[in-house]
Amino acid sequence: MIPSLTHYLVLSAVLFAIGTMGVFLRRNLITILLSIEIMLNAANLAFVAFGRAWGRVDGQVIVFFVITVAAAEAAVGLALVIALFRHRESLNPDAYTSLRG
Amino acid sequence: MPGDAILFYVFGAVMVVASLLVIGQRSTIYSVLLLIASFAALAGLYVLLDAPFLAVIQIIIYAGAIMVLFLFVVMLLNAPHEQAPADVERHWQGHGPRRLGAVLGLALLVELVWSVWRTSALQEAQVGAASARQLRALGSVREIGHVLFTDYGFAFEVTSVLILVAMVGAVVLAKREI
Repeated sequence: MIPSLTHYLVLSAVLFAIGTMGVFLRRNLITILLSIEIMLNAANLAFVAFGRAWGRVDGQVIVFFVITVAAAEAAVGLALVIALFRHRESLNPDAYTSLRG
Repeated sequence: MPGDAILFYVFGAVMVVASLLVIGQRSTIYSVLLLIASFAALAGLYVLLDAPFLAVIQIIIYAGAIMVLFLFVVMLLNAPHEQAPADVERHWQGHGPRRLGAVLGLALLVELVWSVWRTSALQEAQVGAASARQLRALGSVREIGHVLFTDYGFAFEVTSVLILVAMVGAVVLAKREI
């Protein structure tokens, strides 16, 4: 079997690393949120692959919860982005350093 | 099965390339659209993994609802592209941390892939080791609903509270005056 569990997990790991690098490298709040979505989906892929390997639906059920949490996160995160943009007219996270002290 | 292998590599390549372009894109709107393409490929992978219901959910809720919310905010803010000329000075200031971030990200990639590749327990637990009866149950909405409302009933109810809190929180945060 070529698409084995290991194949899916390696793909998931690659996607997770891409998402992490997006958070590190990009200077745009919306793109950072998109990178977090990439990481969440990498985790989802690993969940479904594990569930398939053990023949259980628990992996898929967890993915439902992850999607729900992602929706809540996107709603709150984008509301924060809107509030910040209204405040400073910028999406660059480096513009918001008031808490640095 | 060679058909499955070809589909896996096609969908996987589409996902990786689209995700890389999401990261490499200057324009936020293209990033969001490329992420939708990446999620479509992920739905294809879910079908390969005998989870057709999840594939539909992925398209309808993730690509359809969540990403449209992102698209809506991007268009609403009409933000300037990243690193407009005025930001160049600030960009050079932050160059060291960014390079460190790239190195750390690559290190994470190498670590994850190496650890997954070398774990022998994973090699034994091949996808497809499950019995035919279990696999039939995997794809059925009936089985998913049963587990969701029995074993995960509490988590399901808590999730509804979470959605309510997120809804109220989003309104409070984005409203000008409460």
